[in-house]
Amino acid sequence: MLNVSGLACSRGERRLFSDVGFSLDVGEWLHVQGENGSGKTSMMRLLVGLSPADAGEIRWRNEPTPSTEFRRDLIYLGHHAAVKEDLTPLENLSLAAALDGIALDERAALAALVRLGLRGREELPVRVLSAGQKRRVLLARLLTRPAVLWVLDEAFNALDVAAVKLLGELIAEHLSAGGMAVLTSHQPLPVPGGKALVL
Amino acid sequence: MNAFFATVRRDLLLALRRKSEVLTAVFFFVIVTSLFPLGIGPEPVLLKKIAPGILWVAALLATLLGLPRLFAADHVDGTLEQMALSPSSLGLLVAGKILAHWLLCGLPLVLLAPVLGLQFDLDAPALGILTLALLLGTPLLSLIGAIGAALTLGVRGGGVLLALLVLPLYIPALIFGAGAVEAHIAGLGAGGHLSLLAAMLALAVFFAPWATTAALRIALE
Repeated sequence: MLNVSGLACSRGERRLFSDVGFSLDVGEWLHVQGENGSGKTSMMRLLVGLSPADAGEIRWRNEPTPSTEFRRDLIYLGHHAAVKEDLTPLENLSLAAALDGIALDERAALAALVRLGLRGREELPVRVLSAGQKRRVLLARLLTRPAVLWVLDEAFNALDVAAVKLLGELIAEHLSAGGMAVLTSHQPLPVPGGKALVL
Repeated sequence: MNAFFATVRRDLLLALRRKSEVLTAVFFFVIVTSLFPLGIGPEPVLLKKIAPGILWVAALLATLLGLPRLFAADHVDGTLEQMALSPSSLGLLVAGKILAHWLLCGLPLVLLAPVLGLQFDLDAPALGILTLALLLGTPLLSLIGAIGAALTLGVRGGGVLLALLVLPLYIPALIFGAGAVEAHIAGLGAGGHLSLLAAMLALAVFFAPWATTAALRIALE
C-alpha cells in the first residue's frame, strides 16, 4: 500500500539522509529511529507531503503522492499541539472534523475524549489543561478521524505511563483493524512487531 | 463547501473568545478618523474635501493592523499544517479564513463609516457612496492582504515587511475608493469608480485565495 523508494533530503548544504526506502502493508508499522538531528521529523514531513523531497518517490495504493486520496487516508500528528487554546476539547474535535469535511456527532467526540481520560475536562478551555492533557486532546483525533495510515511524530512525548500504554493499545487496535502506522520515538514502543528504519 | 463554512465559523468563534484583538482595529479606525476634525478645526469646506481620503486611509491601516494575525496563530500551533494535510482543499479553507477576516475587520468599518462621515459634513448621498465604496473595497483589502500575510508568515519582523509589501498593492483600491466619493461630491457620478472597484474585487476573489494558498505551502515547507 505504502511504497517509499530512494528518498533523499538535505537541509542547506548538509545531506540528512539519502536512498531511504521501505514499504508497509496492511497491519504493519514502521519505527523510525535515529539520533537527534538525524532527520526523523524531516522524513515524516516528506512522507506526508508537507515538504518536497530532493529525490525519491512515495506511492500510496500505487499512485504517486500527495493526492487527495492519500490525504483522506492519512492522519499526521507532529510536534505541535495543533489544538486551539481558546476552545474546549469538544469544540476542537468537532471543528477539526468539520474542516476535514467529516461528519462527527457529539457522542462520538465525547466517547473519544473519555477513552483518552479527559472525562470532565471536555468543556474547559484547552489552555487550562496540562501539556500531557493537551496531547491527549490531539490524540483523540485518532479515534474521531477515520484514516488508514497514522503518521505520528514523537507522539509518546509528554504522556504519562497510563497514556503511553493507552496509545500503544490504540495503535495495536488500529493495526489489527487493517491500519498502518509510521512512528518516531527514542523509547522502545509498547506495540508488538513492527519494522525498524534507522536514519 | 461545508469545510469553507466550518472555517468561517471556527475563526469567528476564536475571535469571540478573544475580542480585544478584533476591537483594536475598529477602535483604531474610529479614533484616527475622529482626530482629523478635532485637529483641523470646524472648516466644513476643507473637511468635506479631505473626508474620503482620510476615511479610506484609516480603513486601509485598520485592515493592515489585523493582517499579521491572519495565519500566524494557526502557523505557530500547528493547525495550519493540519489544514494543509486535510482532505478538504486548502484553497477553500484559506478562502474561509479570508472571509472571516473581512467579517471581523472589514465589515465593522463599512458599518461605522456613515456615522464617522458625519463628522466631515458629508451629506446623505455622499455617505451612501462612501459606504458602497468601502463595501466593495474592504474585501479587496482583505484578499490582497492575505497574500502578503502568507508571504511574510514566519519571517522575523514580518509586520513591517507586510506593510511594505501590501500598502503599494492597496493604492488602486485607495485611488478608486476615495475617488468615487470625490467624484460624487464634484457632481461627476461615482459609477465608473465603483465599477472599477467591483472589477478588481472580482479578480481578487478569483486569484487571491489561490496565490495565498501557494504562499502558505511554501511557508510550511
